Amino acid sequence: MSTAVLEPQPMPIPQTPARSTYLNVAHGTLSWLLTKDHKRIALMFLAAVTVMFFIGGFAITIVRLNLMDPEGGLVEADTYNRLFTLHGVVMVWFFLVPVVPSVLGNFFLPMMIGAKDLAMPRLNLLSFYLYMIGAAWTLYAMLAGGVDTGWTFYTPYSTHSSHYNVVPTMIGIVIAGFSSMFTGLNFVVTVHWMRAPGLTWFRLPIFVWTLYATSLILLLATPVLAMALLLAVIERLWQIGIFDPALGGDALLFQHLFWFYSHPAVYVMILPGMGVVSEIIPCFARKKLFGYTFVCYSSFGIAALGFLVWAHHMFVAGISAYAALIFSSLSFLVAVPSAIKVFNWTATLYKGSVAFETPMLFSLGFVALFTAGGLTGLFLACLGFDMHVHDTYFVIAHFHFIMVGGMVMAYMGGLHYWWPKITGRMYSQFWSRLCAIILFVGFFFTFLPQFIVGYNGMPRRYHRYVPEFQVWNVMSTAGASILGVGYVLPLVYLPLGFKYGKLAGPNPWRATGLEWQTPSPPPKDNFEQTPVVLRDPYLYHLDKAQNEP
Amino acid sequence: MSLDTLFTDNERELFEYSMLKRHRLEEQFENLEQQTHAASTAMWVFLATEVMFFGTLFVTLAIYRLLYGEAFEHASSRMNWIIGGTNTIVLLISSCTIVLALHFTRLGQNRKAAWLLATTAALGLLFLVLKGTEYYGDWRENLLPGWKFDAHEWTRGGLSEDQVPHVKLFLVFYWVMTAFHGLHVTGGIVAVGIIAVLAARGHFSPAYYSPVDVVALYWHFVDVVWIFLLPMLYLSGTHTLGGS
Amino acid sequence: MTTDVAIFPRQASVGAYEVDLLLAFLSIVCGSVGLLVAGLLIFFSVYYRRRPGDTATPPETPSSHALEWFWTLTPSAIFVVMFLWGAKVYLEAFRAPADAMPIFVVAKQWMWKFQHPEGQREINTLHVPVGQRVKLLLTSEDVIHSFFVPEFRVHMDVLPDRYTSVCFEPTEPGDYHLFCSQYCGTNHAGMIGTVTVMEPGDYADWLSQRAEGSLALEGRKVFLKYRCISCHSADENARAPVLEALAGRPVHLSDGSTVTADENYLRESILNPGAKVVAGYQAIMPTFRGQIGAEEINAVLAWLGSLERGQTPTRVEDYSPPATTPAITPEPKQP
Repeated sequence: MSTAVLEPQPMPIPQTPARSTYLNVAHGTLSWLLTKDHKRIALMFLAAVTVMFFIGGFAITIVRLNLMDPEGGLVEADTYNRLFTLHGVVMVWFFLVPVVPSVLGNFFLPMMIGAKDLAMPRLNLLSFYLYMIGAAWTLYAMLAGGVDTGWTFYTPYSTHSSHYNVVPTMIGIVIAGFSSMFTGLNFVVTVHWMRAPGLTWFRLPIFVWTLYATSLILLLATPVLAMALLLAVIERLWQIGIFDPALGGDALLFQHLFWFYSHPAVYVMILPGMGVVSEIIPCFARKKLFGYTFVCYSSFGIAALGFLVWAHHMFVAGISAYAALIFSSLSFLVAVPSAIKVFNWTATLYKGSVAFETPMLFSLGFVALFTAGGLTGLFLACLGFDMHVHDTYFVIAHFHFIMVGGMVMAYMGGLHYWWPKITGRMYSQFWSRLCAIILFVGFFFTFLPQFIVGYNGMPRRYHRYVPEFQVWNVMSTAGASILGVGYVLPLVYLPLGFKYGKLAGPNPWRATGLEWQTPSPPPKDNFEQTPVVLRDPYLYHLDKAQNEP
Repeated sequence: MSLDTLFTDNERELFEYSMLKRHRLEEQFENLEQQTHAASTAMWVFLATEVMFFGTLFVTLAIYRLLYGEAFEHASSRMNWIIGGTNTIVLLISSCTIVLALHFTRLGQNRKAAWLLATTAALGLLFLVLKGTEYYGDWRENLLPGWKFDAHEWTRGGLSEDQVPHVKLFLVFYWVMTAFHGLHVTGGIVAVGIIAVLAARGHFSPAYYSPVDVVALYWHFVDVVWIFLLPMLYLSGTHTLGGS
Repeated sequence: MTTDVAIFPRQASVGAYEVDLLLAFLSIVCGSVGLLVAGLLIFFSVYYRRRPGDTATPPETPSSHALEWFWTLTPSAIFVVMFLWGAKVYLEAFRAPADAMPIFVVAKQWMWKFQHPEGQREINTLHVPVGQRVKLLLTSEDVIHSFFVPEFRVHMDVLPDRYTSVCFEPTEPGDYHLFCSQYCGTNHAGMIGTVTVMEPGDYADWLSQRAEGSLALEGRKVFLKYRCISCHSADENARAPVLEALAGRPVHLSDGSTVTADENYLRESILNPGAKVVAGYQAIMPTFRGQIGAEEINAVLAWLGSLERGQTPTRVEDYSPPATTPAITPEPKQP
């Protein structure tokens, strides 16, 4: 059926001599494994994070199937605990954190600023290998024995009570953390010094701004996690009471250090998604991005305030009421820049010429789901309300709205937006639009019931539960199966598009970014000659090409 | 003297081209200036992350120091402040030699620079040797919790038994922080060693000395970290309890 | 206790009503904003959709600083209201009037233990009278747990080696779920219990059927059992501070600072006596860590809370204080 839709194109243009692209400039496995080309590294990252995504997805499939039955008969409690830990660790550190920066950012950051490559190509390759080593190590630790602490590794459970592979998993995460930091380092330096002539800071696309803000977070927060995990490793290996109250330590200190990283990391997982959407919406509405400077500054507002709200994960953990008040008020504050972005995206559509191409469908889905996730975040920032729903499925639903509804939708949007540039060919419009709709619907079915069951009091990480919660869990599992279908679809039509899709040409969406002003797929050095930038981004109203038939 | 006054445009271009070839301008950069700026920014940003690495340890140590002042002072007074102090001087001198090396590279005097860089690396090695001696002493004095530690020593020394875990806590921070710092020194020695060899081969010039600049920055950072480690680990007990 | 499908949790405490009111407020405000954004998204995309044959490039919409500031400041103002309201509800959950009924909770993998002031002990079931404000003092014997009763809308983590505290006031008799909501290991999902709220008369009956004296009395026995009286006597030549009328009052320490003698201070002084020494005394007390159990400490605290002037038991035998110190640290647990 797919072949009927894709219609292999008889290439009308004689391809002699074949143009040199980054894909055909060198051949053989080694030319990929030892490449310094940011585009090839991005594609290797794409393959790796896709594999990790499906591993994490497989784990949660079993978890959701187990939750169909209140008695949780499918797997043992210990297996269940290891599965949700696997899901959390893999999805957070090996999918959500690297996915947009290391795949889309790696490929397009240099192209969007008119550079030949990142400032430090070798470091970029090292990032990839650190990621692979971290991923392989963590996966091995979690499959050969497993870890049952949850991705949060709260002490003293992780350091004294758990019987599983806590230490190797933590070390694997630290290794992957270096990969993120090097990527962030590379991006910051690249944005500072590699911009094309004329590309001033306020002519940068929002995607570049958000990647820059993301990099700052990666650079300043990841070391704290690495140190906290290493201290926990030392505590576990030598029974020193750094975080164990019985030996003079402080259990809450670990939570403080952990969330000092992990809350900003949430913004690592959403900021680049916001950047992707800020590229797509103006393009398919044919409008300049509304409030460009406010969107720029709000990215930095999020990055900066994101460092000051970590203890809102600990409102009922035993922190003082004063601390709770301060962190609650700051948490409300960090919602303001997100609100600014949502309003600006919406305003961009006003009086536009909106085309419902696949990337746009994903982006509209992103705005809707991110708004829902953000608004429920306000519920949780509200102290009295958090008192009730803390550590329940309400929280689970909230952050999946941001992470899956937000980041994964944005990532899919970006992938579909730039796929013609990456491969030079189009994919099936029918199947990709269907995929966007399936994901949106499946998502709502999966996570809306979790808000309800959470407010009713179902705690997270429960292997079995009281029977009155069953209806909601079954609904959620049913929704997840729809989601699952949606995630498998692109595995089919994107590669098919790569092979048989019709030629995309340099700029199939008539977008304004620099990355579209070079052939698809791009040559090894991205541009035939260094571009010179003379105008602001997103000047879609100046696009006269649209008038031509 | 300025290149503009000496050469015609053609000659200047030719000269710059040969300079670039010689210094292997990385292909992703347009010119040497851009490459130099990028390298220096990269090091500054990297040091910012290093601050967060050490900062986590410093903050954690400071919290426990406030909570368990007495035990921490007792434990700190057992540190070998003589070696710690000597090592401070060693590192300060090494910072001085590397800054001189940078100075001479800028003047194009590769030979002098090479000697100074070699001295810096040697001083780094001396630091590690002294540190190793100190570690050995710590081992002999039962200051290694988890392997070699005697709780009774501390209760006899005037601490109550519920404070002994806090002593261990201090010692863990001592080992983790000095080892982590030592790792940085080791990395620094390798880096300084490499640029010393390059300098000896006449690799640098007034137009191109960015590697020396970047490595010197890093070396200073490692030095500065030690300046914070010394009072927090060695001196906090010595001055209140009168030393060992 | 259960309906077939959980639609909305029952309101079984004063706080539950407050939280639900907050839910209504937040839902209305956030819901309207959400619907507004969704409505605009759909309206703009559909109304301004590109139609076949559309060729004109849409004109630029000038940016508007006024509009930007409007949607920056309006949410901020709403957030202030949300924050204040949320803070009020949150702080209310910690308000413990003098007549609140103190109940000690000890959590361990994977069970709940309760100690009533009247001395009753319960496991995985907690009986409380309706209309009585209850103050829980929670501590854990191993890892972090969390006390969660959805029908009361109350939630508090239970930490090892210290007390946390939270209050609630049940309004409806009935049986309610008690969940552990902080992941605590293999049988985390099985660490559930029941809170039974009874009419005051029924509660009094229940108490009288299972009377065990009082928790304070038990604490007095613990005090004597561990020979605390040897030093903490009330006579002039006592080596340790007098404990009468101490709980809740300020204590001057040897380092010049002052602390309030709350549960955490008293607990720390038993397990970690060197940490905060009372001004004018030597740090001679040995630690009781590893000897005294969590529930015994609770009992001592209950007794101290009721101990008024002149009520310290008289020393009948002249025990000397321990001459040698016992084992220093607990044996390291093997992972």
